[in-house]
Amino acid sequence: MSVAEKLSMYFQYDFVRNALIVGVLIALCSSLFGATLVLKRFSFIGDGLSHVAFGAMAIAAVLKFTNNMLIILPLTVLCAVILLSLGQNAKIKGDAAVAMISVSSLGLGYMLMNVFPTSSNVSGDVCSTLFGSTSILTLTKTDVALSLLLSVAVIVFFIFFYNKIFSVTFDESFARATGIRAGLYNILVAIIVAVIIVVAMNLVGSLLTSALIIFPALSAMRVFKSFRSVIICSAVTSVICAAAGIILHLITTTPIGSTIVAANLAVFAVFFVAGKIRR
Amino acid sequence: MSQMVCKDVSLGYDGNAIVNNLNFTVNKGDYLCVVGENGAGKSTLIKTILGLRSPLKGSIELGDSLKANEIGYLPQQTMVQKDFPASVKEIVLSGALNKTGLSPFYTRKEKELAKKAMESLGITALANRCYRELSGGQQQRVLLARAICATRKLLVLDEPVAGLDPKATAEMYELIKDINKNGETTIIMVSHDISAAMTYATHILHVSREALYFGTKEGYLQSDVAKIFIAKEDEK
Repeated sequence: MSVAEKLSMYFQYDFVRNALIVGVLIALCSSLFGATLVLKRFSFIGDGLSHVAFGAMAIAAVLKFTNNMLIILPLTVLCAVILLSLGQNAKIKGDAAVAMISVSSLGLGYMLMNVFPTSSNVSGDVCSTLFGSTSILTLTKTDVALSLLLSVAVIVFFIFFYNKIFSVTFDESFARATGIRAGLYNILVAIIVAVIIVVAMNLVGSLLTSALIIFPALSAMRVFKSFRSVIICSAVTSVICAAAGIILHLITTTPIGSTIVAANLAVFAVFFVAGKIRR
Repeated sequence: MSQMVCKDVSLGYDGNAIVNNLNFTVNKGDYLCVVGENGAGKSTLIKTILGLRSPLKGSIELGDSLKANEIGYLPQQTMVQKDFPASVKEIVLSGALNKTGLSPFYTRKEKELAKKAMESLGITALANRCYRELSGGQQQRVLLARAICATRKLLVLDEPVAGLDPKATAEMYELIKDINKNGETTIIMVSHDISAAMTYATHILHVSREALYFGTKEGYLQSDVAKIFIAKEDEK
C-alpha cells in the first residue's frame, strides 16, 4: 500500500480525524502564549507546571476518578497562581520554587502510582503519561468536546486581551504606572497556561508540553521583528508541526509527542539559520 | 491648586528608611529635576510617585484633576526589552492602552494619538522598524513617544539619557524641553547630570539621607547642599 493510500484509509476513521482536529487546535493555542512566556522569562514555569500536571494525574488515577480532568485542571491552575505570586516577592525565589514544586510533583506522583498501582504495568503507565501515548487517538466524544471548548476559549481570550498582554509583556512597570492592572493579567495568563498544559498533555504527554508552548515562539523570534508577526508565525509553525507529527506517526508509528517535538526542533533549526542569514 | 503634594514622606525597603521627611509640591508646567547620589532613593521616589510602591510614612496626593492613570512614565530600560521583537508602532500605541477602557482593541482615536506622538518626536520613519535594532537614542525616543500617548499632563522620566552619546543626549533634552513648553506638560525627571538639571529645570529636589533641598533652581544654587554636591560632581 502506498503512503497516500494508507493515509486516505486512516482518515476515513472518525477517531483519526478527531485526533488531527484536536491536535491542531491544541498546538494553535499553546503557541499563542509562547512569546509572552519566553519574553517574560517564564518558560520555566511552563515546564514546572507540566510536572505538576503529572503529579495531579497520579492523584486522579489513585482516587479512580472517572474524569481525571476534574482533578488535574484545578490543581495545575492552583500551582500556576502560587508559582506566579511567589515569583515577585518571596523568601524562596521564583526559579527555585518552580524546581522544588516540579520535582516534588514528579517524585510524589511516581510514588503514588507505585504504591497504589491501577494496572499491572506501572512503568508503561508512567511512560505514557510523561511522553504521551496514543491517547490522542482514543479520545472519547467528551474529550473531544472539552478540548474543542477549551481551545476556543483560549483563542478568544487571547484575541480580546492581545493588546493588554503585549503591554504587560513588554513593560510591566509602565503598564502598572499608567493604570493597567498588570497583576490581574499576569494571573490570567498563568491560569490559561495551566489550562493549555493540561489539555496538551493528551497530545504530547506532560514532559513535552512546554516544547509545544515555547518552541514555536522561539523559532518565530529568530526571524520576525514585530510582536504581531511573531505570534502569527508561531501559530502557523505550531499547527504545521503538529499536523506533520500526527501524520508522520500514522505512517511510521513513531510516538506522536516526540515526533511533534522533533518537527518543532527541525523548524527551529531552519529559522535559526534563516535569522543568521537575514542579519 | 498643585498637581502633586508630597507630605512628610519616608521612603525605604523592609521598614528601613533611606529618606525621611520629604516635602515638595509640583504645579502644572513645572520642570522638576530630582538629583542626588546613587542609592539616595531617587528611583524609589519615582516608583512611589507612580503608585508602584507605597511610602513608609506620609502621603503623596494628586490634585488639579490629575488622576493616577494620567502619569506618563519613561522607565530605565530592562533586560527583557533588549531582545524584544516589537515594532516601534506597536510600542508607541501600547502607551494609549489606558485610554481604551473596556474595549479590547485600539480605536482610530488612539491610532491618531500614536501617529502624532511619533511625528512630534521625529520617529515616523521608524514606525515599522524593530525596536531591538534601533540605536539607544532612537529607543529612548520611542519610549518617550509611548509616555506621551499615555498622557500629556505629567511625565515622569527616570534617567532618560542613561547610556546615550553626547549628541543623542542633547537631542533628548531638547525634546523634553519642547514637550514641557508646548504641551503644558509637567516634567519630573531623575538625573545624574547636574549641569543639564541646572540648564533645563525650573525646580530642583535634592534627595539624600541628611541634606534635603526642594525649591527653585535659583535657590538651589545658593544652598549649601548644592555647593557640596556640585563640587563633588565636578571632581569626578
